[in-house]
Amino acid sequence: MEYVIIIISAVFVNNIILAQFLGICPFLGVSNKVSTALGMSGAVTFVITLSTIITYLLQIYVLVPLGIGFMQTVSFILVIAALVQMVEIIIKKISPSLYQALGIFLPLISTNCAVLGIALLVANNEFNFGDTSHMLNLGQAVVYAVASCIGYAIAMILFAGIREQLAINSVPKSFKGVPIALVSAGILALAFMGFAGLV
Amino acid sequence: MARKSSFTNMVLVLTSICLICSAIMGFVYSVTAEPIRLAEVAEIDNAISAVVPEFDNAPSSEVTSIENEGRISEVYPAKMGEKIVGYAIKTTVSGFGGPMQIMVGFTSDGTIYNTSVISHSETPGLGNKVETKKSPFSAQFKGMDPKITKMSVKKDGGDIDAITASTISSRAYTKGVDNACKIFVKIQEQSQE
Amino acid sequence: MEKLKLITRGIVKDNPTFVLLLGMCPTLATTTSAVNGMAMGLATMCVLILSNVFISAVSKIIPDKVRIPSYIVIIATFVTVVQLVMQAYVPSLYKTLGLFIPLIVVNCIVLGRAEAFASKNSVIDSALDGIGIGLGFTIALTILGCVRELLGSGSFFGIKLIEGDGMLAFVLAPGAFIALGYLIVIFKKLTAKKA
Repeated sequence: MEYVIIIISAVFVNNIILAQFLGICPFLGVSNKVSTALGMSGAVTFVITLSTIITYLLQIYVLVPLGIGFMQTVSFILVIAALVQMVEIIIKKISPSLYQALGIFLPLISTNCAVLGIALLVANNEFNFGDTSHMLNLGQAVVYAVASCIGYAIAMILFAGIREQLAINSVPKSFKGVPIALVSAGILALAFMGFAGLV
Repeated sequence: MARKSSFTNMVLVLTSICLICSAIMGFVYSVTAEPIRLAEVAEIDNAISAVVPEFDNAPSSEVTSIENEGRISEVYPAKMGEKIVGYAIKTTVSGFGGPMQIMVGFTSDGTIYNTSVISHSETPGLGNKVETKKSPFSAQFKGMDPKITKMSVKKDGGDIDAITASTISSRAYTKGVDNACKIFVKIQEQSQE
Repeated sequence: MEKLKLITRGIVKDNPTFVLLLGMCPTLATTTSAVNGMAMGLATMCVLILSNVFISAVSKIIPDKVRIPSYIVIIATFVTVVQLVMQAYVPSLYKTLGLFIPLIVVNCIVLGRAEAFASKNSVIDSALDGIGIGLGFTIALTILGCVRELLGSGSFFGIKLIEGDGMLAFVLAPGAFIALGYLIVIFKKLTAKKA
């Protein structure tokens, strides 16, 4: 039951882009077409899930026992950067076609705030679900990460659909491009706020 | 522009950078560790003085942890001289936007002296009305006797007035107070043993 | 006056928020009030200046292939330094900005400037560039924070101007997006006229 609450909360109520403001740069930059939105979401889900697991283990088994909590930022970002490099090399070797589809997004992901953001949120247990206040176990951490990515994907794809429409409609000249995208994102965020009563 | 990327060069440079950076961080950490600790203690002390009668000891140094229903809460005794004038109990609950830390103060006769929220991530204008300055919500707990008052919001059959349109935040806060009451009962039992 | 140009460019022509459109995440998340926006901008500026200077000083001895990882370690170090200092001396501000202080390390502005400028210019120039871009970012965030605070809570830098709350949507997520969108348009119009 707890897992359902985690999922609903991460996908709708506290949507990673529209409520927590993580992952905005690619959101604005890559979401003009539904196909690129899909590609980006896929790559992001893969990287976030893996990095959350590794940084979680790092936090529990290395940083806390050794009392070097302040190394958290440095160690996490290094893990993420290394992970992205590795993932790129592996995908290139295993599936060149997948690399064609996702390849360009991968380097962008290491500076995607969502990746470091989710890793930090999990490690510092700074978010809300159910009725307990202890550190998440690995299972809950993974579910949260994947659920956040699903929320990311939904927001990205919805937004790409909107932007495809905006591109073929008449927009005031000064608003063309990013400004109108931002205003639309705001309205989308307003819509997602409606989920607030769910949990 | 940059040096040749030979293997030894790369390893050497990366290692030295890591070492220098670790040294910088370690140094800053050692300098700031004490102020950080003091700031945290000051925050707790402020929260405690808001919820218990006047005291002259240092409650933070006499803190104990008590567990109730899977949650751990901190108990701070407030004393005037040798006599205990009250207990401040810090408990964490899950609010609407994130964890909420509440301080609940009890007097020795078992009634609530006052409550206040230490930190929260509730929605501005709605859930953030749990703050003492923003609405009379948190003040209604003053003087309540947990043995008489039912610690849940009226919607759930209790006696607590929730904040309009912020049921979840109100529920969470009330649950925190309820948890603190249960812990206080445990303290009383312990001191009677 | 060449040196002064380095600073003013970061504020107007290359303003990271309104022109380069970088560092959106902290921009939207921390501008719930003017003070919060300003604090975030200043924290980022500190990291920018420190990392620009350090990277400019050591760029010549870093082999090309390990450039990015080295920059990341250096930037992360200074972010940690800023984090610890804020936690020790301005704890309430630190709590409000929360997650976004460590996130400075993935702020595209910092790594971008290190790559594009600091690694290729002198230490002094890099420091000035850091100040310029940092000021541009801080000013942008402060303005956005002011707007959201005025419209959303009816206060200006913490001084309440009206009773109760304003249009709450502005201190929440939707307002962030919408306010920023409009501000970009206004900035473009204002700077276009000057050209």
